[in-house]
Amino acid sequence: MNALVASPVLIPMLTAILCVAAWNRLRLQRVISVLGALALLAVSIWLIVLVDSGGAVSTQFAGWAAPYGIAFVADRFATIMVLLNGISALAVVIYSLGSIDERRESMGYHALLHALIGACSGAFLSGDLFNIYVWFEVMLMSSFVLLTLGGERGQLEGAIKYVTLNLLSSVIFLSGLGLLYGTVGSLNMADIGLRIRAATEADIPVLTALSVLFLTAFGVKAAAFPFFFWLPASYHTPPPAISALFAGLLTKVGVYALIRVFTVVFTTDPHIMGPIISVIAALTMITGVLGAAAQFEIRRILSFHIVSQIGYMLMGLGVAIVANVRADRLAETLGADAPDTIAMRSAAAIALAGSVFYILHHIIVKTNLFLVAGVVLKLKGCAELKHIGGLYRSNPMLALLFMIPAMSLAGIPILSGFWAKFAIVRAGLQAETYGIVVAALFVSALTLFSMVKIWAEAFWKDQPEGDPRAVESYGAVGAGAPFKPALMYAPIIGLAVITLCIGVGAGPAWNLAERAANDLLDPVPYTEAVLGEPGLQRLAALGLYEFPAIDPIGMPIETASDGTLVPTLADVPTGVTP
Amino acid sequence: MQMLLSLVIGLLYAAGVYMMLRRSFVKLVIGLLMIGHGTNLLIFTSAGLVRGKPPLIDPGLKALGGPTNDPLAPALILTAIVISFAVVAYTIVLVKRTYQEVGTDDLREMRTTDR
Repeated sequence: MNALVASPVLIPMLTAILCVAAWNRLRLQRVISVLGALALLAVSIWLIVLVDSGGAVSTQFAGWAAPYGIAFVADRFATIMVLLNGISALAVVIYSLGSIDERRESMGYHALLHALIGACSGAFLSGDLFNIYVWFEVMLMSSFVLLTLGGERGQLEGAIKYVTLNLLSSVIFLSGLGLLYGTVGSLNMADIGLRIRAATEADIPVLTALSVLFLTAFGVKAAAFPFFFWLPASYHTPPPAISALFAGLLTKVGVYALIRVFTVVFTTDPHIMGPIISVIAALTMITGVLGAAAQFEIRRILSFHIVSQIGYMLMGLGVAIVANVRADRLAETLGADAPDTIAMRSAAAIALAGSVFYILHHIIVKTNLFLVAGVVLKLKGCAELKHIGGLYRSNPMLALLFMIPAMSLAGIPILSGFWAKFAIVRAGLQAETYGIVVAALFVSALTLFSMVKIWAEAFWKDQPEGDPRAVESYGAVGAGAPFKPALMYAPIIGLAVITLCIGVGAGPAWNLAERAANDLLDPVPYTEAVLGEPGLQRLAALGLYEFPAIDPIGMPIETASDGTLVPTLADVPTGVTP
Repeated sequence: MQMLLSLVIGLLYAAGVYMMLRRSFVKLVIGLLMIGHGTNLLIFTSAGLVRGKPPLIDPGLKALGGPTNDPLAPALILTAIVISFAVVAYTIVLVKRTYQEVGTDDLREMRTTDR
């Protein structure tokens, strides 16, 4: 059991070590890399099946009981993220076999890739805030090196902004962590959550200020407004395989951390944080999409769209917090069972489930779009829309494969993006947060505009005069890079099929997201998984959990209509008469 | 002591931010380092300062008697220092490589990827 919870970290790390051990044998490294990615995917599927049916599981390293030991917690949300990590890892590993030059491979490309993937898994699974910081740093270090691997001028210049802002965010995170430890005296998230719920009035302003530090730190990682400038400056510079992995995963680790921290840990001042997160979400969406409208390089357009999509994910979180505050207020005036109160509570659940579903859809789609952009770059040697064209005529297959994720990103019905946007917008309407709903719909229309722009310029119009290869373009990596279409198309097709499956079979995916969101909104499952019985007792002391009543001979008891307690006969073991 | 350390932390943060706002890449890295050191001191201070009391159980006792220093805070700082060591090593190489490639350490000359 312990090994299973930690295995999404251990497998990529082991793969990375083996790749380093096989330093001079590229062929062996490739085999190890693919096998490692396959094993990660298998384990993450196993983990999600186990957790979804049996509830959250956790493990404490070195046998120190939580909250003292470092906890790894696999609840539904974490395992969904690990599964997405596994899917995009496999896609990118296969894609790199057909596109990355041997020079980069011989500089430890595969080892770095797996270290990055393992660190992402670690950040998803860790139940300890300082441990999350450590995984963030491992992730950053490997992404720094991957970003600059090869040392082209564009990569170095992009890396300066990426490195500076991300290091600054780490420092802010660490400051918040130090102050939080000084204030509540714990690092285990479930434990901090309980301590914060039990905090006195005097501590609450301090905790709110600290939560803003965390919002800033994770906001930089998630590329939220106004901290996103590092992303469009750097994501279009490395080779496509690397930027696809970054685009799919890295910012979503920040979003994951935000959702986790603002549902499990900081629950003290939702009436302040809810509106702040909602406004940040709206501005992130709008600035991202307007930035994209002004760009004419495929990967740069897509980079700005990552920013605007992050806005949707944060919108789910913001709306959920706001709806919960409103539901509390309604419960005070109308009562907890009034239809309005119940509708507001369900709006919170739908909004958060929408966020989870949005991440689920987005990682697949965004990775895929960057992979498609990589093929365009290989075919044309350039990704500037002005200098390329005619791809629909020459590569109709690629045009179709671009269309699926692009339309899904814009939110065309039956594709996965439609359901994601539909859920979030519906939750926004139900929670009566109309301003952000208008912003979301407006941004959605502009997203379609950007996607149609790429389609019309790169695929539809004829190839313009002049040689696109003569135009300098980032990540084109002409010399020495292989171009094996089969290995590049296979992951693109796979991800497109997954997008279609999430779109057509949205029901099961949505139900999973809803279960994950309910786990996040209810403190009981997470606390029980990490802290066990003592955690439940502390929740009960706060009035957030009721132990099922048990009578002295060990039978569950129900309350009869006249208020007396009667043992439930259905649960009586055979052979015992009550 | 707490007051003095708080002032030092504030000074390190202020100086770090000032250095980061300069146009030279080398100064930016130095600024990042100063903020990092400030943060390490911040963890140390916010965990509570107890003078001359290491967290050791006295002979004859079974548990810690009285308030002692929190051993976890130095452990966190140690981890942060190790991480920042790796980060510094990387950024210094980045400074050198960028200087070789661009020919200057003026950050204004490094905006081609933003256009």
